Amino acid sequence: MRIMYCNPGIVEIGVFDGVLVVRLQGELDLGVSEGLRVRIDKELDRQRTKNLVFNFRDVKFIDSSGLGLVLGRYKKLAAQGGGVALTGTNSTIDRILELSGLFKIMRGYAGESEAIRALNGGGR
Amino acid sequence: MMQVKNQVKLEFSSIPENITLARVVVAAMLAGMDFTLPDLDDVKVAVSEAVSNAILHGYQNRPTGFVYLVFTVSPEGLEIVIEDYGRGIADIEKAMEPAFSTLPDRMGLGFVFMKSFMDLVEVDSQLGRGTRVRMFKYAFQTMQAVQ
Repeated sequence: MRIMYCNPGIVEIGVFDGVLVVRLQGELDLGVSEGLRVRIDKELDRQRTKNLVFNFRDVKFIDSSGLGLVLGRYKKLAAQGGGVALTGTNSTIDRILELSGLFKIMRGYAGESEAIRALNGGGR
Repeated sequence: MMQVKNQVKLEFSSIPENITLARVVVAAMLAGMDFTLPDLDDVKVAVSEAVSNAILHGYQNRPTGFVYLVFTVSPEGLEIVIEDYGRGIADIEKAMEPAFSTLPDRMGLGFVFMKSFMDLVEVDSQLGRGTRVRMFKYAFQTMQAVQ
């Protein structure tokens, strides 16, 4: 997996099996969501991939601005026939994902590799 | 009258970087109080949403505005008042509906989260004058006494 360090301390982005993996870090609120959106969209365009995994393992906080970032990427990729999968969520993040309805349109997986495999159509 | 045990007043420029500050202050105030960790997470989300609304909607991202916060701790729990002198909300009931947002790419969940994560939310707004959000979270002991 090739790791590209973007915005140190905020996110780590890499491509694995044709899927863009975004390891989010820290507190995802209005202060960081716009900068993250620009970086993730730039990377999606550059890598020409329509599948994305968000890893929440190092996320300490998320509110509706952070969720808006996730939903926005889902809408963009779903329109291209791609998808978004989630992993690394803790109980606090699960609760907010549940309440927002995001879990109705995106699934959570035990790890990055499971999420990547699911986006690539199961198998292998 | 509410018996005040601790009160912190905070005012800051209407910039997104200050949302972290508001969360840190309320988290520090709740430390050592009769709140659970999930309670603390709830309060942080509610504060984050209210301050984000003040910046995005109240001041429409204008950094020269000011956001005013008052955190009051009493034996019953925590009261949070967040005020802006921005453009105000035209239709409060509509603004509080899930998935309603006047801005594209926003989820319209700000008030939904505030209502879900706090025990009481009151919104007072006047067009062209500003918005005042008052929220309350009961301390654990109060919750038990009520039940």
